[in-house]
Amino acid sequence: MQIQQALPELLIKIADDELIIGHRNSEWTGLGPVMEEDIAFSSMAQDKIGHAWAIYRILQEHFEGQDPDQFAFMRDAAAYKCCHLVEMPIGAYEFSLMRHFLFDHAETARYQSFSQSSFTPLQQLAGKIKGELKYHTLHADAWILQLCKAGEESRQRMQGALDDCFQLAGGIFEPGKEEALLISENIYPGEQALYQQWLSTISPVIEKAGLIMPQMTAPVYGGRQGQHTQYLQQLLNEMGEVFRLDPEATW
Amino acid sequence: MQTITTLQAVYNALDHVKDPEIPVLSVLELGMITDVRIDLEGVHIKMIPTFSACPAINVIKENITNAVERELQMPAFVTVDKEVNWNSNRLTESAKEKLRNYGIAPPARHEGEVNLDMLIKADCPHCGSENTYLRSPFGSALCRALHVCRQCGMMFEQFKPLS
Repeated sequence: MQIQQALPELLIKIADDELIIGHRNSEWTGLGPVMEEDIAFSSMAQDKIGHAWAIYRILQEHFEGQDPDQFAFMRDAAAYKCCHLVEMPIGAYEFSLMRHFLFDHAETARYQSFSQSSFTPLQQLAGKIKGELKYHTLHADAWILQLCKAGEESRQRMQGALDDCFQLAGGIFEPGKEEALLISENIYPGEQALYQQWLSTISPVIEKAGLIMPQMTAPVYGGRQGQHTQYLQQLLNEMGEVFRLDPEATW
Repeated sequence: MQTITTLQAVYNALDHVKDPEIPVLSVLELGMITDVRIDLEGVHIKMIPTFSACPAINVIKENITNAVERELQMPAFVTVDKEVNWNSNRLTESAKEKLRNYGIAPPARHEGEVNLDMLIKADCPHCGSENTYLRSPFGSALCRALHVCRQCGMMFEQFKPLS
């Protein structure tokens, strides 16, 4: 595989993760359990979709990609490369919170590695996004710790959410066929290295919260190859409903 | 000398462009302008958003174009500078003072990295007390966090420190 094909594959999966989790986060707007959480999930949604847009722009400018709006809204489900974790419905609040905790630490590990990337547009973007992500992980860590110490029912629900999310989160690091080349070209260190980095940042928080860390026995793969849960198509239908009424409209 | 005068005029025009979300601060005071160049085509201005997903970026770009074209009677070309990232040290001291008077706690100066303490700490812009706590790292705009003052009991927003 050539680097001209390998790089877009990496970029698409990262951006699709951000677009889809951004949409899921936005579903909490108006429904947050307290006002601050309503604002937090809405703000994080805005950040994630902004990050996705920035990467779609890189694809457009450097790899003759489509217009970011068209690319975000007009593809078939099988053309999306997001992992299953981000596709899942928002569920109960603890599920969304745990997903946010696991995803944002993974994203932080990813952008930290990109700040050393030999691909300049990604390296420049990493500098910007890294600082913003601190607020996301600060938010996630604070609530995980707080809710795990808020009584037995609360702790049990958080443990349940961790157990429900953990194998799905393993899917963030699904190995890709483009990886060896990207590693040798110093684009990024590869999924296995990011997975190890992720484990080392989430473990202390999980331990401090008094949760039991599950074993990664069956990470949920397939998303990076375009195989998705039924939930993605439903989400895409809703997400693109207005856009598809008139794809040529300018806003 | 002509060029120097004209550059000054561009900066004067830029100082008239206020941030739509914090109307007491200009794009210059916020440190959003990274380069100004004048050639035969017109004025070329490079700018950067504070937060990458800032929804106001297109409005600000338009406001800059309009202000420069109106005040200088020259075409203006505003582009986003990808080589420079905004960080909160770019806020001028006068901007921080204006923020405080506007009721928003300014970000503390950082040394390249923002640590956890810095995210959590903000002095109350109303009574000046340090006895405050972070209520939520997200506020009414991407660049703001919510804090509460234990001294005067007021909730207030902080312009987030960003490295």
